[in-house]
Amino acid sequence: MTTPTVVKPQKPWQASPRERLNSALVFVAAIITSYVIVAITPMKGKLAYAFVFFIAFTAFDFAFHYVTRGFSVAKDAIARAVVAVGISVAVFPIISILATVFIRGYRGLHLGLFTHDMALNSVTDPINQGGLLHALTGTGILVLVALIISVPLGILTAIYMTEIRGRFMRPMKFLVQAMSGVPSIVAGLFILSSVVYPITKGYSGFVGSLALSILMIPTVARTSEEVLLLIPNDLREAGVALGGTHWRTVAMVVVPAARSGLVTAMILGVARIAGETAPILLLTGGGDKVNGDPFHGPMGSLPFYIWKSYAVGTPESITRAWAAILVLLVIVLVLFVSARLLSERRSSK
Amino acid sequence: MSQTLVSPATSGIPAKREITTKPRFSDRVFRGVVSTGALSSLVILGLIFFFLAFQGYSVLRSQGIHFITSSTWQVVQDGAGNIDPKATKFGIAAMLIGTLLCALIAIIVAVPISVLAALFLNFYAPPFVKKIMVAIVDLMAAFPSILFGLWGFFILMPSAEYWAKLLHHFLGFIPIFNVDPPVFTRSPFVAGLVLAVMIIPIITSVSREVFSQTPLDRIQAAYALGATRWSMIRAVVLPYGRSGIVGGAMLGLGRAMGETVAVYTVLNIVYQVNWHVLLGAGGNVASMILLKFGEAGPQEIKALMAAGLVLFLLTLVVNLGADLVVRRSGGKGR
Repeated sequence: MTTPTVVKPQKPWQASPRERLNSALVFVAAIITSYVIVAITPMKGKLAYAFVFFIAFTAFDFAFHYVTRGFSVAKDAIARAVVAVGISVAVFPIISILATVFIRGYRGLHLGLFTHDMALNSVTDPINQGGLLHALTGTGILVLVALIISVPLGILTAIYMTEIRGRFMRPMKFLVQAMSGVPSIVAGLFILSSVVYPITKGYSGFVGSLALSILMIPTVARTSEEVLLLIPNDLREAGVALGGTHWRTVAMVVVPAARSGLVTAMILGVARIAGETAPILLLTGGGDKVNGDPFHGPMGSLPFYIWKSYAVGTPESITRAWAAILVLLVIVLVLFVSARLLSERRSSK
Repeated sequence: MSQTLVSPATSGIPAKREITTKPRFSDRVFRGVVSTGALSSLVILGLIFFFLAFQGYSVLRSQGIHFITSSTWQVVQDGAGNIDPKATKFGIAAMLIGTLLCALIAIIVAVPISVLAALFLNFYAPPFVKKIMVAIVDLMAAFPSILFGLWGFFILMPSAEYWAKLLHHFLGFIPIFNVDPPVFTRSPFVAGLVLAVMIIPIITSVSREVFSQTPLDRIQAAYALGATRWSMIRAVVLPYGRSGIVGGAMLGLGRAMGETVAVYTVLNIVYQVNWHVLLGAGGNVASMILLKFGEAGPQEIKALMAAGLVLFLLTLVVNLGADLVVRRSGGKGR
């Protein structure tokens, strides 16, 4: 008996080495062309290289596919190139932003940043004096108060839309959507007109938190709604079948099952408001001292500090602004990544 | 429950429980609490409208329609320091036009890029690239606006100025690209680009979501008929997702119109009607509010409240439109 020949599985959809070589050749030809064209024409700069390269690559790719496989495949090749440009242009700014903030902000970092406030310094002082303590505590307090106000409201809205599913579900969805579109400065003006002028008549952290909650509620509500919708209906039915009332089912079965998702919703809400600037500028007054009392006195915060340092405009103050942005960005990044990890763990379970 | 049971010692058989569909007391409380909490968004939106209208009423009343059609903003005081109601004029037309101009530039730049990016993510990217890119785009949506503002001012502006000069050089015969005094810094064009960067993640994620709902059978049918990837996209995905793209663009428009800090950082706010997108002068309502707020007297603050009301209503209308369009896209296509 002959040994059976093992048939190697074919993968006709994968590019053969020859096809790979061809596309690599097209790529190299395009690079060479772009260098040549930029060298012999008055065009110059990175933009010219990118532009000419794109045109050349598309043209060569088109020609190559047109010759080998016909017009519609050539059109497909153009579309592929254009789509690749689209995603690069969409992602390029974020890389630029991250690089800028880390490079420029790094110069302004020092240990005193986390142990000193600016009560005895001005933003034009040398960078190693003063610090961000007042801004960090201020942002922490603002976010905490906003969290206390908006998390219950946001989660209740989500529960209404997923568990009660009452008559007003559709309008409610629209209202949440509309609320997430409220410009932040309008939220600031609203608190100014409804709370600050008639009642408190002065700046404080608390009124800032009120404005931030307006911006945070829709984020929390929408993310929580998505999370609660993912809870399988079997769980709800099981809860009711065991004799639980609606309230017991929601409180003891649905919400605990969605716990990590709800935490994700909170984190995303915090990330949304941590860097919010416009209402902070209108409402909190922005002190330079550590102020632990949200109800009295001006409250410093990271966005306010960044804004103030940027507006002064000396080299020291702008370095300070970048350092503070770096701190803010790291906070946002940490929040974002932890939200991702939490939701990933949930989905893989 | 215990009251309805007859004591087992006397009969041995529990009495029949009453069967009812009436919700328990605890459930009624639960429903009440949840519904009240959920009403908060309605209440807050209503209160925003009420208070801004309340504070801005006197200005809106005295200025009438001129508040949105004229573009003079002057506070005239008589000798005693009182405000002269006749000569004092508030009109935000210049800023409204600036708002629309910046937002339109942002939309024109952002929509094609976002749609292409969404197509890449859904139909071209290998899974691990897709995962990373989606995370990056979502992360960008979470960046604070002041970060975009500073990045736009320090990093984007020099490049954008150069691009503006190119546009002026090659397309200067089109009136809106013509700049008479050649001042290219801090123009609506740059502000529009910064706004475009800010709204690309929003439009991308909305379009991506709509594209991913394209019925798989149609995609496969197109491939089975011999379509290339691009002809499949053109024949199936784009018609299906069109309203989703429009809705996402409107959401982005709403965000771009309400943006304050980024525009304030980048744009040179000058109170005049400016259609020349490359000229370094312009403004939008939100940044104007921030600018004037610092030195505003009581009457001017009221005018700013009225401007806030106009901005609020504008974004509300845009968001309503976006909501309607996006919702329609879900049910269509069967």
